[in-house]
Amino acid sequence: MNMTAPISQSVRSPVLVRARNVHKSYGQHEVLKGIDLDVRVGETIVILGPSGSGKSTFLRCINHLETMQGGSIVVGDEQVGYQMRGGKLYRASPGVMARQRKDIGMVFQQFNLYPHLTVLQNITEAPIGVHGEKRAEAEAYARALLERVGLSEKESAYPRQLSGGQQQRVAIARALAIKPKLMLFDEPTSALDPELVGEVLATMRDLATQGLTMIVVTHEIGFAKEAADRVIFMDDGKIVEEGSPEQVLVNPTQPRTRAFLNRFI
Amino acid sequence: MKGSTVSNMTTAEVGSDGGSGPSWNPRDVSRAITSVNYLRWLLIVVVLALVAQFLSLVVSNETFQWDVVLRWLFDPSVISGLYVTLGLTVVAMVLGTAIGLVLAICRLSQSRAASSFAAVYIWFFRGTPMLVQLIFWYNMATIFPQLSISIPFGPTLINWETNAIITPLTAAIVGLALNEAAYMAEVIRGGLLSVDPGQSETAQAFGMTRSRALWRIIIPQAMRSIVPPTGNQLISMIKGTSLVSVIAMNDLLYSVQAVYNRTFEIIPLLMVAVIWYLVITSILNVGQTFIERYYARGERNNQMRGPQEVAMPVEEAR
Repeated sequence: MNMTAPISQSVRSPVLVRARNVHKSYGQHEVLKGIDLDVRVGETIVILGPSGSGKSTFLRCINHLETMQGGSIVVGDEQVGYQMRGGKLYRASPGVMARQRKDIGMVFQQFNLYPHLTVLQNITEAPIGVHGEKRAEAEAYARALLERVGLSEKESAYPRQLSGGQQQRVAIARALAIKPKLMLFDEPTSALDPELVGEVLATMRDLATQGLTMIVVTHEIGFAKEAADRVIFMDDGKIVEEGSPEQVLVNPTQPRTRAFLNRFI
Repeated sequence: MKGSTVSNMTTAEVGSDGGSGPSWNPRDVSRAITSVNYLRWLLIVVVLALVAQFLSLVVSNETFQWDVVLRWLFDPSVISGLYVTLGLTVVAMVLGTAIGLVLAICRLSQSRAASSFAAVYIWFFRGTPMLVQLIFWYNMATIFPQLSISIPFGPTLINWETNAIITPLTAAIVGLALNEAAYMAEVIRGGLLSVDPGQSETAQAFGMTRSRALWRIIIPQAMRSIVPPTGNQLISMIKGTSLVSVIAMNDLLYSVQAVYNRTFEIIPLLMVAVIWYLVITSILNVGQTFIERYYARGERNNQMRGPQEVAMPVEEAR
């Protein structure tokens, strides 16, 4: 397909996310055992791996929803959760952390829409409340985003009146509303009924072709094949294999990658 | 009673080729008839009989002296007592809820100091009788003759005579509000805990400050489980204000007591108070229903819901 075009583009583009030797453990149990990863502007990265491999945890470390025990992740010129002052690294205050997260959009496995707000209010909440946009502007942009995800007629519905697939598309619109530099998708289709997965993946594929920088944790091999610039295979807290979709998904070199992929055939 | 299905029968027949014929199904549930439940009717008769008997006893009983009740029901002294009760309830409840909210947030805070302070406060004010607390506040002057704002163990900034500040009114307000705060703190804490933790995580991920997340995302969702017990609290507060009659606050109970101490018409005057307390609580019940309906918006089927249904949070299938 036209997979080669975005790759050659992104090779030249600057690095947006720089993860170095990321370590994370819950008590004695080590979940991440030294992750190194560079994500360039405009790239779509798909992280695959068996459950328990640490891929969701790694994603949540990027915007500091999880505290890591070692290593560093820098997004743009911010290290979310930390601040360098006079050559020393300090833990950031909640206020600073809130500001650092402003440009990172996130889509959750369970959608996590605000159930007491309408679809439109869900989308405009952060732009108005966090980014200080004017209501009229925020609503106009929210309506444009709703059109993009194909849910224009649902703007005054409440989340629980929508299907799972519709809710997740609203959640994607909500994340896009803050005009993010980086989008994180944490297993966005895992909580959906099989027949609703397609609509969400189609929306995400659109975003990938439009040059948004995305890191997607998923089990959808098909999506990785079609939309990813680079596929990362993780197992047991480490990156086992990474490369283009053909390299990792068609001609994997590592036995663990092959064993994992065989389960999907 | 529930025989509305009868009307559906005709439409069902029209739908299936004209009623009879090969598609006629004797087991079609749309034809089901509800049989009469004789036991239920018997129960209704028994209950009605008991209620009628009780009412006739109350009405015919001379000691209730309904003419006296009627004479005093709208008496200016009773009405002014009613206003005191209502005013005290509103002020103490508003203050109590505000302090309770702060305590609940402290209790859930990661700061050890804040959460221990709130825990000790709740332990003390829930653990001692309200009546004792009221009497303590009223007699503040004998314990601390002077009240002052000062730096702890340092110089004094402002100083007052306790007696000048602690009147029956202030003692009543402070006593009721601080006691209420302890209970409301627990009610609000329960509500905050009932909200899916994913919600505050999402607010966090979108760069919301903690306070904004609390106001815009968490509290509105917590309201659904805060409102029903708060209705309880409010009603017990209305009746709780009757305790302030011991510190010479002329509330509703105190004002009827003042009358029957002169006239010895104890029972009819207590009935006056009872009627007013029932009127207020009935109005509040209606108000609570409307508030609950407001916070149930966004539920999948938010038609009228009974308070009991709301009190039990329905697990949402995802």
